[in-house]
Amino acid sequence: MAKDIFVYIDHFQGEALPASWEAVGAARSLAESLGGDVAAILVGENVGDLAEQAIQYGADKALHVEDASLADFRPEPFSSIVAKIASDADVLLMPTSGRTRELAAMVGVDLDTGVIPDVIEMDTADGAIMAIRPIYAGKLLSKVTIPVNRPQILTLRSRAFPKPEPDSNRSGAVEGVEVEIEQPVTEVTGYGETEAGVSLSDAAVIVSGGRGTANNPDLEPPADITDEKEQEIWRAQQGFKLIGELADVLGGAVGASRAAVDAGYIPYSHQVGQTGKVVSPDLYIAAGISGAIQHLAGMRTAKTIVAINKDPDAPIFKLARFGVVGDLFDVLPPLTEELKNR
Amino acid sequence: MNIVVCVKQTPDTAATVTVEGGEVSWGDAPLVLNPWDEYAVEEALQIKEEHGGQVTALSLGPEDAQEALKQSLAMGCDQAILISDPAFAGLDTLQVSKVLAAAIEKVGDPDLVLFGRSSVDSDTGITGTQVARRLGFPSLILVSKVVSLDPAGGKIEVERMLEEGRQQVAGPLPAVLSVVKEINEPRYPSFMGIRKASKAEIPIWSGADLGISDDLSAAVHWPEIIAPPKIETEVEMIEGDTAEEKAKKLAQRLAEEKVI
Amino acid sequence: MNFELSEEHSMVQKMVRDFAQKEIAPIIKEADRTGEMAPNVLERMGELGILGICIPVRYGGQGMDYISLGLACEELEAIDTTLRVVMSVHTGLCSMTLLQWGTEEQKQKFLIPLAKGEKIGCGAFSEPGAGSDFANIQAVGKRDGDDFVLNGEKMWISLATKADYAMVTVRTLFDTEKVSSGLTTFIVDLESPGITRGDIHGKLGVRAGSTGWISFQDVRVPAANMVGEEGEGFKVTMSAFDSGRYTVAAGAVGLTRAALEASVSYAKERTAFGAPIAQHQLIQQKIAGMARDYEIGRLLYLKAGWLKNRGERNTYETSIAKHFATDVSFTAASEAIQVHGAYGYSDEYDVERYMRNARGAIIYEGSNEIQTLIQADYALGWRKDKPLRCEMPAYSTEEWQST
Repeated sequence: MAKDIFVYIDHFQGEALPASWEAVGAARSLAESLGGDVAAILVGENVGDLAEQAIQYGADKALHVEDASLADFRPEPFSSIVAKIASDADVLLMPTSGRTRELAAMVGVDLDTGVIPDVIEMDTADGAIMAIRPIYAGKLLSKVTIPVNRPQILTLRSRAFPKPEPDSNRSGAVEGVEVEIEQPVTEVTGYGETEAGVSLSDAAVIVSGGRGTANNPDLEPPADITDEKEQEIWRAQQGFKLIGELADVLGGAVGASRAAVDAGYIPYSHQVGQTGKVVSPDLYIAAGISGAIQHLAGMRTAKTIVAINKDPDAPIFKLARFGVVGDLFDVLPPLTEELKNR
Repeated sequence: MNIVVCVKQTPDTAATVTVEGGEVSWGDAPLVLNPWDEYAVEEALQIKEEHGGQVTALSLGPEDAQEALKQSLAMGCDQAILISDPAFAGLDTLQVSKVLAAAIEKVGDPDLVLFGRSSVDSDTGITGTQVARRLGFPSLILVSKVVSLDPAGGKIEVERMLEEGRQQVAGPLPAVLSVVKEINEPRYPSFMGIRKASKAEIPIWSGADLGISDDLSAAVHWPEIIAPPKIETEVEMIEGDTAEEKAKKLAQRLAEEKVI
Repeated sequence: MNFELSEEHSMVQKMVRDFAQKEIAPIIKEADRTGEMAPNVLERMGELGILGICIPVRYGGQGMDYISLGLACEELEAIDTTLRVVMSVHTGLCSMTLLQWGTEEQKQKFLIPLAKGEKIGCGAFSEPGAGSDFANIQAVGKRDGDDFVLNGEKMWISLATKADYAMVTVRTLFDTEKVSSGLTTFIVDLESPGITRGDIHGKLGVRAGSTGWISFQDVRVPAANMVGEEGEGFKVTMSAFDSGRYTVAAGAVGLTRAALEASVSYAKERTAFGAPIAQHQLIQQKIAGMARDYEIGRLLYLKAGWLKNRGERNTYETSIAKHFATDVSFTAASEAIQVHGAYGYSDEYDVERYMRNARGAIIYEGSNEIQTLIQADYALGWRKDKPLRCEMPAYSTEEWQST
């Protein structure tokens, strides 16, 4: 009988990442070709609800480990638990996140097996998974497989696999699993302010700005800003305000080019590109971004790219589906207005 | 503080990377210290400057892969060691972490092991954590700030950048950290450092030196590297006399194509 | 023969390139537009040791060789000419002249802070009425006890308003057989009473740099600040130009490279008549020309640097390098504009700035007409290098790097 396909459900403060359900969906497809059931693994303080949700999203069973000491994800105890549960598995899928990068890495060591992070496509051949993952920040793709060692551990990139529709009529076994729980060696001592807005990796729409955001000479900074650099940043912030307004109307997130981040216009957490985040939204609107190769590497897989740039020769137009030659300060406000009315 | 920083040599991020006949090529772009590792080296140097000690740069690669280590030395690392053995070619992170862990043990008694968040070529971001697991050290990845460091008490507290926001974590030393760009601004090598680095004879440790005799075989295989499908988009330029007109047409086209 | 850069040289090149690209490239366009020096340029170049790159460690420098100086200048001017100009006047005209001609006391007092970048130096030689005809400068110095009293005006002085010290040549002897034998050079503290200075505005290029005038009215300078002996000022000044011109040559090669790289990237992007314009032969001709000139210019300045390292006189080779490299850099920048078409004419792209910046170097540190005469004199055998009382010392790793 074919072995179960395990999916680790990554969650943060009680909420599962959307990509966790994408992974459940991907596991279902694998189950069709490899056989076996889809088994969700949940670890945390209070994850019973998530276990029910996992069933609704397509898991056949959900195994959960609960303990007060597991309130915060810590890679060491979580990995030991997951390694014990999945030690006989053929396949262990996870969504890709800062947590699962550690989890997958440690489980890989514990079970002496391979880890394939950031998978964007999967297929099966001779009972093994052939995955595709980007390398060189997406400038190239690598076909990757784990021919001998088991389980095959893969983390799936956000939005690379379709998210299944939850079905509240689905039923499946939800089992609590008793395993020995190690005390964590490190302790979460606090959380910083979480940035408002949609996370870049999960966003279906991203509106990004570049250095062009600072290029509106008509804007007069307030008199108390006298430093030239601060005046420039103030101008750029007005540009990013327009970008934020458009993103809000579309329910999307705000991105930025490295140039804009390096110039201090916007925090690094918004950076899209080779040294920032690699994103894959349905719609990517690049405003005032010329399209340096490092930036293109981070957004080229967006389904539809719209470029708004003053320079008709900007490389970004090569990748775009729609192009507008114009100043973002002129184009964005009427565009936001127009979309608001739709 | 005895600090080990693990670095890798990668093509410059500005390089146009292509694949021909299954071989990856980056033209005549230079090989450089992996950009993420620069932050790790800088952090190691800053910690040393504050707490004293020594910084050792380690790199696993072919015998001529000395650029990353030379750069690390020029920035101010005290010593650099290249780990190189024909048997180490084509390893995956599972095995690389085994080799690095052995090398770190050979360096001896580290208080901190630093990595960049990932390498810009293979971009897995898991090697540091695997090394931590093998050494039995806690793993703290995506660190954006060392909040406090108490070498005598053997404690460290860091701030990490998660998708969801910042998180503070405290743990014991020795620990393995991977760092992100926000942590610091890497220094340029000094001229004195450049002189020292260019004269340095970098010792090479082989598998035998590390006591690794078992046959290392990668669990992960990558049978083929391909160019991403060329995105054949014919850009449709939205024309119009005014910005308003262009904006209106663009919204209309996005709706027609069901993008929104 | 060995045409390969050493590992040390390659690392110097990378370090200076990283600095200029990371810190200056993003802000230079704005600085050029406003006509102000990019902020903190001098401080950063000082902190990083670039200002004292080829000065021995015991004099506060970094102990690298003259080739490193040239490579640094090439990298700096590939981003903007103003950066290289700093090297020409601070390092070339001022620091290296002290290194060559200065007394031990002068080196201790002036060269060390200059090499460390704690003080900024410049060279005040040309005047409103005397540039190429340098022997006929009008500024004078009259001995008065232990001092000389300086009067006169110096013009087209880079960093005039930024520098702390200036290397200044004036006439102190009035009845010499040759007018050139009456000149004397001093290192002058620009905070001395009687000095006024200002910037010149409305320059064609190097707008993010500082070029100005310095006026001397009864300025007392201690005789101990005399660089070289009384009457040696012409030779001291010409030595200063041997150093300064070398940096100009290397820098112009950097500008040529920048023009070439910008053209190559634009020609591959821009399409016309259904193909990238790089496919068109007339564009190829321009690019080939820039590539050729870059390679030739580079060989010329590296050879001059090699001679400097060996302690051999290189007035001839440096003159050729400066003349060739500056002429071709202007052509390359102009051709780069042509490759860019109308865009090249706008300051959205860098190439128009390259062209404006390239023009000055054909005039300063010895106009290319003067260079031609120097070369002709050597070629005709009319000019032979006579040993100087103080030669520029040959580079020696040991001497440069001992503390």
